[in-house]
Amino acid sequence: MDDVATGEPLIVLDSVNKWFGPLHVLDDVSLSVGRGEVVVVIGPSGSGKSTLCRTINRLEPINSGTITFDGQELPAEGKALAKLRSEVGMVFQSFNLFAHKTILENVTLGPVKVRREKPAAARERGLALLDRVGIANQAGKFPAQLSGGQQQRAAIARALAMQPKAMLFDEPTSALDPEMVGEVLDVMTSLARDGMTMVVVTHEMGFARHAANRVIFMADGKLVEDAAPAEFFANPRSERAKDFLSKILTH
Amino acid sequence: MHVFTDPKNFDAYLSGFLWILKLTGASAVCALVLGVLLAAMRVSPVPVLRGFGAAWVNIFRNTPLTLVIFFCYFGLFVTLGLTLSDDLFRNIYWLGVVGLSTYTAAFVCEAVRSGINTVPTGQAEAARAIGLSFAQTLRIVVLPQAARAVIAPFGSILIALCKNATIVGTIGLAESSTIMKDLINFNGDAVIPIFLVFAGTFAAVLIPTGYFFGWLANRLAVKR
Ligand SMILES: Nc1ncnc2c1ncn2[C@@H]1O[C@H](COP(=O)(O)OP(=O)(O)O)[C@@H](O)[C@H]1O
Ligand SMILES: [Mg+2]
Repeated sequence: MDDVATGEPLIVLDSVNKWFGPLHVLDDVSLSVGRGEVVVVIGPSGSGKSTLCRTINRLEPINSGTITFDGQELPAEGKALAKLRSEVGMVFQSFNLFAHKTILENVTLGPVKVRREKPAAARERGLALLDRVGIANQAGKFPAQLSGGQQQRAAIARALAMQPKAMLFDEPTSALDPEMVGEVLDVMTSLARDGMTMVVVTHEMGFARHAANRVIFMADGKLVEDAAPAEFFANPRSERAKDFLSKILTH
Repeated sequence: MHVFTDPKNFDAYLSGFLWILKLTGASAVCALVLGVLLAAMRVSPVPVLRGFGAAWVNIFRNTPLTLVIFFCYFGLFVTLGLTLSDDLFRNIYWLGVVGLSTYTAAFVCEAVRSGINTVPTGQAEAARAIGLSFAQTLRIVVLPQAARAVIAPFGSILIALCKNATIVGTIGLAESSTIMKDLINFNGDAVIPIFLVFAGTFAAVLIPTGYFFGWLANRLAVKR
């Protein structure tokens, strides 16, 4: 895939720094993600990938630098921040479906409570989305009754229901049994094909190769490499990336 | 049992227990509302509110209830002139409700807060990530799940509240324990039976209450 989108980028991070106490988790990170672009973030555990992802919808505030989404700097709080979050879908490693709500209610909650859609319309669209991710027949069940793969697909549907401009995925397949990884990646691949802007933290190298426009490699809070997937996997430039790839590609 | 076959005594016994039920009912409702608000303050992002909630809990959880009730009577009513009803006993009753509620709210707050802590942080994060406000996140996602974890402790708090209601007798309300003391004063030969009837009445109400809350907690437990 080399159809990198043009025009004004959707997500721009400029010299972003973040500390957790003494720990410098994001060290002068600058990154821009174009509309329709799919960026895969990889790197060793603790390198700041999740934090990077979470700063983009301000689940984590930053200490310095700026983050711009769709031409606007991220609002600090209140209604404006809630609105921004409603435009950025997020998919978590541990699904985080609302445990006391059915799958369909999980998907319609945001549209009804945040976007003020009519319940009947939200329901119809919710069912269509569940159908799109292949779990329409689970609509009336509670999250705990579904397999991990089904829950993660429901979580993707919940995020899509907000009609987001971009989607953030934080290791969406890491908590899944191996046989369920494929069904979730298939949904993500089809989203990428449909032109969704995506930032995906993952160790699924197949997905990175086939669906990503760019691969970003992070280490110790720094953005170490930023390259097209083919190039990154063929010739990683930094020692850290070479070392990391040799570790994950051997098993 | 000759004591209770006297209609006068029996009526006193009933009216004493009725006061207890009223005190418990009214205070339970007030303490619930107040306690949930305090818990919302304690988990809110606003430092002033968090401090207020924490102060409330620390003050009332660590003050003997007798002192709180005395303060309501001698402080609020006698000194500051707070009158909640023109009727003498109604006034004492309402002062009692104020004291019991403010005190019990501290325990409700802590039960709700620990209930909130049983809800994984991912639930609130997912709620914020789809654009729900802090209040919506609490009301729609966190509290309904916390509620299930809070039912069992609420049972204990309600039982304690019902027994604590007898303390309002110390500021002049003719509730159960006051009536019992009177009956014992006039019927020195029947101390044990009188005691057993009063204790038995509390047990007859509170034991099923405990079982009911236990049953409800099991039934509504969230599956994860
Ligand atoms: N809420 C937090 N408080 C303190 N330290 C944290 C917090 N979240 C993450 N960290 C630390 O920040 C570093 C980066 O974490 P994270 O972004 O989760 O890395 P990754 O997703 O790449 O594994 C880690 O060392 C982690 O322990
Ligand atoms: Mg992570």
